Amino acid sequence: MDQVLNAMKLPTDRNIRYLLVILVGIFTIMAIASGDTFFSLANLQSMSSQMPLLGMLALAMAVCMLTGGINLSIIATTNACSLVMASILTISPDNGMVLLLALVAGLVTAIVIGLLNGALIAYVGVSPILATLGMMTLINGLNVLISGGSVISGFPESLLVLGNGSFFGVPMPLFLFIFFAIGLWGLLEHTSLGRTIYLMGSNEKATRFSGINTQKAVLYVYVISSILCWVAALIMMAKFNSAKAGYGESYLLIAILASVLGGINPDGGFGRIIGIGLALIVLQTLESGLNLLGVSSYLTMALWGGILILFIALQKRKA
Amino acid sequence: MPDQIRSHWGALVKRHEFYLAVLIGLIVIGLGMSSEDFFTLGNIFDMSVSSAILGIMACGLFVVLIAGGIDISFPATAAIAQYVMATYVLSIGGNFVIAFLIAAVVGIVLGLINAVLVYRLKVPAIIITISTLNLFFGLLIYFSNGEWLYGFPDWFMEGIELFTFIGSDGYDYGLSLPIITLVAVILFTSFLMSKTRLGRQIYAMGGNADAASRIGINLFGIHLFVYGYMGALAGIASVVQTQITQSVAPNSLMGFELTVLAAVVLGGTSMTGGKGTLMGVVLGVALLAIMKNGLTLLSVPSYWHTVVTGLIIVFSISMTALNEKKQALQGA
Amino acid sequence: MSNEAFITLQRVSKHFGSVKALDGINLTFNKGEVHCLAGKNGCGKSTLFKVISGVHEPEKGAEIILGGKSFSRLNPQQSIEHGIQVIYQDLSLFPNLTVAENIAVQDHMAWTKGLVKQARLNTIAKAAMDKVGVVLPLTKRVEQLSIAECQLVAICRAMASDAKLVIMDEPTASLTRTEVNSLINVVADLKSKGVTVVFVSHKLDEVMEISDRITVIRDGRTIGTYPAEEMNSDELAFLMTGQRFEFSPLGEYQQQGEVKLEITNLTKKGQFNDINLQVRVGEIVAITGLLGSGRTELCLALFGMTQPDSGEIKVNGKPVKFRSNREAIAHGIGYVSEDRMSTGLVMEQTIQDNTTAAVLPRLKKSNGFLDHTKAKKLVKKLISSLSIKVADPMLPVTSLSGGNAQRISIAKWIAAEPDVLILDSPTVGVDVANKESIYQIAKDLAAKGMAIIMVSDEIPEVFYNSHRVVVMKDGRFSHDFHPASSSEQEIMEAVNA
Repeated sequence: MDQVLNAMKLPTDRNIRYLLVILVGIFTIMAIASGDTFFSLANLQSMSSQMPLLGMLALAMAVCMLTGGINLSIIATTNACSLVMASILTISPDNGMVLLLALVAGLVTAIVIGLLNGALIAYVGVSPILATLGMMTLINGLNVLISGGSVISGFPESLLVLGNGSFFGVPMPLFLFIFFAIGLWGLLEHTSLGRTIYLMGSNEKATRFSGINTQKAVLYVYVISSILCWVAALIMMAKFNSAKAGYGESYLLIAILASVLGGINPDGGFGRIIGIGLALIVLQTLESGLNLLGVSSYLTMALWGGILILFIALQKRKA
Repeated sequence: MPDQIRSHWGALVKRHEFYLAVLIGLIVIGLGMSSEDFFTLGNIFDMSVSSAILGIMACGLFVVLIAGGIDISFPATAAIAQYVMATYVLSIGGNFVIAFLIAAVVGIVLGLINAVLVYRLKVPAIIITISTLNLFFGLLIYFSNGEWLYGFPDWFMEGIELFTFIGSDGYDYGLSLPIITLVAVILFTSFLMSKTRLGRQIYAMGGNADAASRIGINLFGIHLFVYGYMGALAGIASVVQTQITQSVAPNSLMGFELTVLAAVVLGGTSMTGGKGTLMGVVLGVALLAIMKNGLTLLSVPSYWHTVVTGLIIVFSISMTALNEKKQALQGA
Repeated sequence: MSNEAFITLQRVSKHFGSVKALDGINLTFNKGEVHCLAGKNGCGKSTLFKVISGVHEPEKGAEIILGGKSFSRLNPQQSIEHGIQVIYQDLSLFPNLTVAENIAVQDHMAWTKGLVKQARLNTIAKAAMDKVGVVLPLTKRVEQLSIAECQLVAICRAMASDAKLVIMDEPTASLTRTEVNSLINVVADLKSKGVTVVFVSHKLDEVMEISDRITVIRDGRTIGTYPAEEMNSDELAFLMTGQRFEFSPLGEYQQQGEVKLEITNLTKKGQFNDINLQVRVGEIVAITGLLGSGRTELCLALFGMTQPDSGEIKVNGKPVKFRSNREAIAHGIGYVSEDRMSTGLVMEQTIQDNTTAAVLPRLKKSNGFLDHTKAKKLVKKLISSLSIKVADPMLPVTSLSGGNAQRISIAKWIAAEPDVLILDSPTVGVDVANKESIYQIAKDLAAKGMAIIMVSDEIPEVFYNSHRVVVMKDGRFSHDFHPASSSEQEIMEAVNA
């Protein structure tokens, strides 16, 4: 508990206060507007099973942003993993060995993509926006190639449980998200890689002068990001029971939004996982609430853009 | 004399644009040999028309990148400009001058919003413009209900044709609206960036914003200009697109931003600002257009198009980065 | 020189956050005089110039009298219109533009003059270069130039317009004696034309050679303005620092310990040539010379950041070839960067993280996680042994003063327990009291057996704090002095020769 409190006593502390205020605001409005439906068990369950997917993507984006970079290819990577896994799975859906093979293949895909991104940025010297943009285009193309543009579906129960099952009452996707969020937090706070990430995010050159292998660190960061996308792919496959190139493209902005809203400084070097968690809750409740109120999804889209700008303006004002 | 040639050649070879031109040359030769349809007048004109939109927007993005910023909201800007312009033309009529004017003004206004946000909030422009992209698009589709617009008056359908002639295959050819607009925009942008004081100030700000403000360059003013210019060109491109397709679909330009960015960056423009030439941008656009054309002519399944584009982008940005690294080591 | 004022500043103050950069500055620059501003790094002169050039706005109550008018603040446009040209210490050049365009850049602000013509820019640039007496490649991009060439471009730029007041902030840091002489001639020429020149340099001899009046600034305040003929170096140093120091040189190296670092015939094209050096246990060797003489380049090669073309480096008797600075560190070499704000420290991150940055692998528990307790203890120990004033190690480094931040930079390397420690310009931007304590740290480390290389361009600093002083010139070691048996003057002459 001490550490949790400690984590909050940092630059993003102001952030967290804002988020809590916004959260309370949303709850109040929803309670008035459609209290029964919003706070119903069904809705809460629905929200807590949607949020984790976005959460994993936000984590994947956040870890790159902490180093001052960005990963525009997270959606493409997620789809690539899911397509690879889906292709293998559907060969023999009920075979346990095939399931294992598929999982491994998906993980390997993620690692390869992460290595390519990391290598382009760290060793070739391409800027993160460009590198991940190029990779995104390439991977998207390969995704369409592998799948022929069509949907692959029909997954075994053992996979679907990841989407529908629960672990001690906690929906499985949420459990996965919390598990990996804690894992990432542990990495950032308690390993030398974590310290390196924060140092690099603020000043890569000085970090390198201190004898830290920043190139290897970048590699690790983008591989971690891709692995988080792999987990996202698992959740996605389980939820939709299908995989397709082009799923979830609108999530890219929301992942960036959640990261920045959660206190990740886009220039790098600052941001805590707790902030992201809170931001995700805010975004999810906002989306659910708007959905329930019958607001068009396009208006919601506009709202995300507006909210991000508003939030940044508020942050800068107080600074 | 040979010494001069040698030193000019040396300088030439170091330039990114040179390699790009060589690459294009190779691809052109390759395509010319593998497809008899490639070098036909008809094909070349088709390519020019279909790359007009890409080219016009690339000029706008080029100016923004030189200034040290970035903008990925322009497809939304274009879509809104397009919608407003089309609504006006469909209900009130007019001519091309009015159409371009309306679209450009709408584009400028949206661009100015970007400029103010980027300058005042001091947050990376990529994040600001990702937000405005969603804000603009979301609002557009919400208010328009995603409705398509069509049924344009005759003058709009006919467009403008200059210097028409009949080609060897019996078809009419001439400089149509898209090509004229593209050429005009390229010429104007080139003039702006190399011959006007404003253009040089943009390069200066992109190179060292601090130093620029110290000699009195109005950083805010330049922000307003470059993002406004991008918006204006987005609007102009949208008119061209409407003229080609004779319809307005609100989400037709979605996802285009990354293609335009790819074209500009392929041409050697630096993401950090201050470096890049319009020639490079033109070559970048040409490369993408020729590639797409080539893939179609060679009957390569459309599945492969994105893959090939992606590979070329990755390859090209790697070359640029390695080249910049080498130059940095040499200069030090 | 007239007694007519060109510009007068009154009650000018400016603070940034909690730091008061300027505290009630009152001074006047007269027309046609050469006025020197004397003050150490961090005394506020950069801020002062930015107020004069219009970049910064002074606090309420300030008054700037210029051209017969009174202003509460200036903007860049007004400043330039009144003929004020500032050559900043960071030169303020555009790396992506050519030399010609950089020199003539002010022309880009002349909106009414029509289109930009390359020929016109070239003419302006050539005229400026003639005035200064140098020739530079007009078509080369500034990012491809050496530091000395960049300094010349900046000087030319100031000369390109019709300046009435030229402020030069440390313009001679990397110029050779010949080039400095040219510059002095330029200054004299300007003076004869009635132009005011404000000159900042911490090379006191130059200062007094050419100035008419000297204003001393310390901690953001004007201490006083004095006619140059009534000034001498000692008096000036006293006024600038507020303290008189009794110094005594370190003496000869007595220990005769083993050779920790041996460099033989080390060469890197364009940077340094045929370097030979031996540093023993407990010895402090100083390397001094002009900026651009190759000092820092040599340090970077020793630290593994760059690879020499030929020659040999031996650490503890073993020949080594470092492919990266990580290998150098693993072999016991530490490097305290000359620029702590950009390469020495990660300013926005915590003191804790910065101090442990070089030894993270050693702070791991057996399970791979960081041992926070061990890390905190290490940092606490270093902070106390180096007497660093730290309120809370979890605060960012920006919360520390220059002197304390520099000591964190050194602490980081002490944690790594190197055999050889390179201190590059260790007291830049550090006030006098802290300077002394940093020298003491170096001496203590040497006494404990570390081999120390101190690189600096402040002659008194190297003279009083090392066993040997090596002068570097154009990439070569040109002179070798033992402070115990030579004088500061000798070394200064060797450096500026």
